[in-house]
Amino acid sequence: MTPWTFFITHHSEIWSATLDHVALVLISMFIAIVVGVPLGMFIVQRPALRTVALGIASVFQTIPSLALFGFLIPIPFIGGIGPRTAIVALVLYALLPILRNTYVGLTSIDPAVLEAAEAMGMTNTQILIRVRLPLALGFILAGIRTATVITIGVATIAAAIGAGGLGTFIFRGVAMVSDAVILAGAIPAALLAILADLFLALVERRLRVQ
Amino acid sequence: MLYDMRPMRQTFSSPGAPDAPLKDETIIELRKVTYGVKGRAEPLVKDLSLVVNCAETLVLLGRSGSGKTTLLRLINRMLLPSVGEVLVEGKATSSWDPIRLRRHIGYVIQDAGLFPHFTVAENVGLVPKLEKWDPARIAKRTSELLSLVGLEPSEFSQRRPAQLSGGQRQRVGVARALGADPSILLMDEPFGALDPVTRAELQREFSDLARRLGKTIVFVTHDLREALMLASRIVLLETGRIVASASPEEFLRIDHPEVKAFAASLQTLPGAPA
Repeated sequence: MTPWTFFITHHSEIWSATLDHVALVLISMFIAIVVGVPLGMFIVQRPALRTVALGIASVFQTIPSLALFGFLIPIPFIGGIGPRTAIVALVLYALLPILRNTYVGLTSIDPAVLEAAEAMGMTNTQILIRVRLPLALGFILAGIRTATVITIGVATIAAAIGAGGLGTFIFRGVAMVSDAVILAGAIPAALLAILADLFLALVERRLRVQ
Repeated sequence: MLYDMRPMRQTFSSPGAPDAPLKDETIIELRKVTYGVKGRAEPLVKDLSLVVNCAETLVLLGRSGSGKTTLLRLINRMLLPSVGEVLVEGKATSSWDPIRLRRHIGYVIQDAGLFPHFTVAENVGLVPKLEKWDPARIAKRTSELLSLVGLEPSEFSQRRPAQLSGGQRQRVGVARALGADPSILLMDEPFGALDPVTRAELQREFSDLARRLGKTIVFVTHDLREALMLASRIVLLETGRIVASASPEEFLRIDHPEVKAFAASLQTLPGAPA
């Protein structure tokens, strides 16, 4: 069987796996952004927490994804088999690029600009919302972009713990020793990653401050 | 002349008589101020007392590290003194609300520090906006100020700082500092990063502007030539202390090694026209 005929005969199954995959990625990215960006803002003010937060986030990056999924299964509430565990793992992976870029973006602003903002009589909240965040936006978006591409890739492994998605085909193909089935998962996953990257690059370019 | 000569405020001093004391009223006073940071043996400012009068242009002159910028930051409560007190309009900065105080004092720094994501008009209108002026009044004020610093509002107000030359950016910096019409203007080497030709241009125009505005200006520089040109009084700092204070006419006659060191920096190159 050629990959092409497999695509034709299984297109609805591939489509629904793609949608599952996208859902996994979107939910994970949403949580990672909602946690990562405010946490990045917070550690700018708290140097003591910075090392701890960035350190913990880095540790998760170093754990191989398959192992991380495995570790999470026995943990009560967040563990078990299925998408919930997968989302926890994906969030942990996505966190570091978002957290680090938010932090770097907020701290790499021209000191003269921050000095001026303070001297003009802006409050700390005004400086954060009107100066720091808009100027850090390019960095934050770059972090989100990196994290999204990573998450699309790692999410294929989530199929190993029964979370569904395009990884289902990859694992099935490996078991069946069928390139056609592997490619039915791998090609859409790669396309998703490329499209997400291009789209987010576009958003980044439009919003970046010259 | 690039400036719009229309009077902006009734606080103008009489032009042509910049050296005559306008008002002898004290507006800023430092009383035995010491400022040090932890982990540094030497304080940056040592037991320093200074009175700034209304509408004078006081130039703080000194080498790098002499404490002149620290002194400036003590005035708008970016820093609080370790010992002693700084009074602005008779009230200690420690009892001023820092936000109120700073919106009351214009501040210009070397690299202008313009907000790159704001247009020129948004930069200039920042403090009025923070002070919740209505938009029409902000727009009017912004174009008045741009004209005042020699930038045609219709041409410049919608530009971003990245689209300006260094000299233009610094003009916008001055306009922004004047935004909510503060009575005090603090300037930290505002022309220091400009090329010599542009710098001379801005110095000339600014000295004229300062005379007409009638603001109290505290101006930091390490350039004696600039000090002589702009100051109504020069205060020389050395390692956190005042070593000389005089009008520009008298300054060079002071017998002090640091004054002589600065005077030596004025000497022209051999062969250059005097």
